[in-house]
Amino acid sequence: MSRPYDHIEGSGPSTPDPGITQPKLGIVGYLRFFWRQLTSMRTAIVLLLLLAIAAVPGSMWPQRSSDPNGVIQFFANNAELAPVLDKLQLFDVYTSAWFSAIYLLLFVSLIGCVLPRTLHHLRALRAAPPKTPVRLERLSAYATADDDETDAASAIESARALLRGSGYRVTLYEGAKHLSVSAERGYLRETGNLVFHTALIGVLVAVGLGGGFGYTGQKVLVEGQSFANVRGAYDSFTPGRFFTDAALTPYRITLDDFEATYEEQSIVAYGQPIDYSAHLTTWLPGEEGTKGTVKVNEPLELGGTHLYLLGNGYAPTITVRDGNGNIAFTASVPFLPQDSNLTSTGVVRVPDALPEQLAMIGFFYPTARELPNGALTSIHPDLRDPMLTLRVYKGDLGLDSGVPQNVYALDPSGLTAIAGDGADAPALELQPGETAELPDGLGSVTFDSASPDAAADDWSHSVPRFASLDIHHDPAQGWVLLFAVLAVAGLLTSLFIPRRRVWVKATERKGGIRLEYAGLARGEDPGLEAAVADIAARHTSRMKA
Amino acid sequence: MTETFASYSLVAIYSAMAVYLIAFVFFTLDLAKRSAESTTKATAAVAREGGAVAASGGGIVATLQRPTTTAADAEPAGGPSRRMERAAFSLTAIAWVLHVAGAVLRGFADGHVPWSNMFEFSLVSSGIVVGVFLFIQFWQDLRFLGTYITGFSLVVLGVGTVNFYVAVTPLPPALQSYWLIIHVFVATLGTAFFGVGAGLSIVQLLQTRREADRLSRLRFLGTMPDSERLENLAYRVIVVGFVFWTFTLIAGSIWAERAWGRYWGWDTKEVWTFIIWVLFAGYIHARATRGWRGTRSAWLALVGMGAVAFNYTIVNLFFKGLHVYSGL
Ligand code: HEM
Repeated sequence: MSRPYDHIEGSGPSTPDPGITQPKLGIVGYLRFFWRQLTSMRTAIVLLLLLAIAAVPGSMWPQRSSDPNGVIQFFANNAELAPVLDKLQLFDVYTSAWFSAIYLLLFVSLIGCVLPRTLHHLRALRAAPPKTPVRLERLSAYATADDDETDAASAIESARALLRGSGYRVTLYEGAKHLSVSAERGYLRETGNLVFHTALIGVLVAVGLGGGFGYTGQKVLVEGQSFANVRGAYDSFTPGRFFTDAALTPYRITLDDFEATYEEQSIVAYGQPIDYSAHLTTWLPGEEGTKGTVKVNEPLELGGTHLYLLGNGYAPTITVRDGNGNIAFTASVPFLPQDSNLTSTGVVRVPDALPEQLAMIGFFYPTARELPNGALTSIHPDLRDPMLTLRVYKGDLGLDSGVPQNVYALDPSGLTAIAGDGADAPALELQPGETAELPDGLGSVTFDSASPDAAADDWSHSVPRFASLDIHHDPAQGWVLLFAVLAVAGLLTSLFIPRRRVWVKATERKGGIRLEYAGLARGEDPGLEAAVADIAARHTSRMKA
Repeated sequence: MTETFASYSLVAIYSAMAVYLIAFVFFTLDLAKRSAESTTKATAAVAREGGAVAASGGGIVATLQRPTTTAADAEPAGGPSRRMERAAFSLTAIAWVLHVAGAVLRGFADGHVPWSNMFEFSLVSSGIVVGVFLFIQFWQDLRFLGTYITGFSLVVLGVGTVNFYVAVTPLPPALQSYWLIIHVFVATLGTAFFGVGAGLSIVQLLQTRREADRLSRLRFLGTMPDSERLENLAYRVIVVGFVFWTFTLIAGSIWAERAWGRYWGWDTKEVWTFIIWVLFAGYIHARATRGWRGTRSAWLALVGMGAVAFNYTIVNLFFKGLHVYSGL
């Protein structure tokens, strides 16, 4: 077996000594020496342990890939430490130079280890089982039997048939006074090991390619809104390194309805979400519209992409009339949930308002209650007593400056508060369908009801909901799964199929023959002795029959 | 109805803990008894070890180790009266039945599988550890690990009921997935095998020191298998754990893909599942590497188990990540 030189069954010295291996070491000699080191078992262990250690920091500090807001937060809280950690790539551990170096070395070592072994194994698969050792009694599993009725040839012939029937590959050998059959089984063990290691390479390559050619994007859709799958329509979009726009299937989707179900029975869990369903209509190019549903844990497959439901909330419909009485703004504005009862915040910018631009910071409470200190809170995530409060500002919103702005946040410095936040007038408080006048004749704000005809205390459909969809395209995802399954299959075969050699030898003696049975384990084989005893028993009873 | 089931479940769990405690005491007394018996065997063990070393000098290494170890097999099992141990083992079995009943009742109370928060998880994981310990006896007599196993499950159940107890709550949408059920169950099975393996590795390390005559005080070791056999047993148990863990990793990725739209995102729990997997891959390699077999690989197995324990406790409770759903 071609194993790394320091494998437990290897025969080489435990450390290759360059001086001894090659008297005069040229460049080639050194290269061979290093290659042998790199593909040794010891290096594999050290690299595996290094990989484990190197993965740890990624769980201690927030990572840009999984928790970008956490990184921003960390920078804000640790102004001195953060840049140092950043230099060490501790916020990007899994793409860092040092982490990549370790796993790339590991995989080079892996390839260097697996390739020669595969070649060797392919040859071994065609070779005959090895010659029968002279002194079988020295082997770990050994049994004998004497037989006075059968001759050596037929005894060995029957042993050959028996072993063959049990999945061994067999060859006969003939000595001066004896006949023997040499048998080997369990080539699958080595095959499994090679499949496992090769599949790991497959996983790595597939993950890399999938990330390179795929993309992920986010889109917030309010009930009734539509989305066309083009790059510009996403709220955020992350293409892989080799992505081209041609990879986008030009489909279209509409969010017809978003349904949320909350626990009603249990007191302890009252109001906890039980189910979210986003009901969609989808149109593939040139096809009729189809109804579809996305749930948490149940993505929808569409045009080579997967649609996931990752978030939801309320999108109050707000209409602003300016001082001149014209409608300066009307839209459903997604508000970001802040707690489990969906107290939500959002921002409205009204650059078209005249004579002055307006902006508002809003809080939305689906089931509003007043706390003892006068502040509002929400006590249930469903629409039972909805309330929208708005702080209103006037001034130059700076939208023309070209600096990109966060649609969910507003920095009121530089603006003048006209309602709430220290202004003379209090913040606006609106229920669906209500309108409030702004001070100084600057206009009015309406919180439109989505169900104006419902009964007076039925708020259940008064505010539209939004769904936050993640859309992913990963062309190699299936390959990753395939290789992972292959790896498991290889692992199971290589760990649990014993590889062993068995010999049965018949030696002539006075008045009959002496039969010897012996087995040799190759790798872990706890069942060897039992197997040899079993073969001996079955063989003797077979000959009696 | 829910409340009734939940309270019966607690009664069953507390009873199980009481019986485990008695079993623990008995197992410990048995260890003490073993110390008294072992004096004669110590010499035999040393002789065995000498034999194995001499053999590995020859050409056919793997072959010659085995008969020496098999000779050791029969010894501990056939030793003098193990009445105390048998009683402790039966008590463990009884406690386990109560334990399982407690977990099942909790499941009825929940209306779903009982492993969706830290309390339920400590219930089920310790139950599976003891279950694996009980059923593994059909294969090998590992009852000498009884003190370790019952002690472990007492600690887990104690912390679970005292510090993590939560009332029955419905499953949030993110946790409603078959893959999650499989993922968590298999992870727990893997943990149980790693746990038993770690127990064997600990005894192995002690045994190695004793065989080198550096630990003559722990005489009960004289009644246990020699270090080489312990190492082989540990390996076989851990390898099963490793297969389960590999499966955990894959089932977890499938669930993550369903729930969060990516199969792997280096979330905190994903990181630790990966670390544990890599550590045990290192262990398996160490077992097959000259210079690493024996004490070094045993230490690796313990480091791996340490990472498992760290993952279930510190990481679950204090690290931030998507998996933070423990309901505490
Ligand atoms: C990506 C890194 C690696 C991982 C995760 C890994 C994992 C494993 C696992 C789980 C096993 C036991 C199951 C089986 O036999 O199929 C194993 C066995 C083995 N690996 Fe690796 N391996 C890695 C890299 C390597 C490298 C670089 C080498 C070459 C030096 C290597 C050589 C071997 C050998 C020879 C065995 C058989 C051990 C025995 O005889 O019991 N592996 N590996």
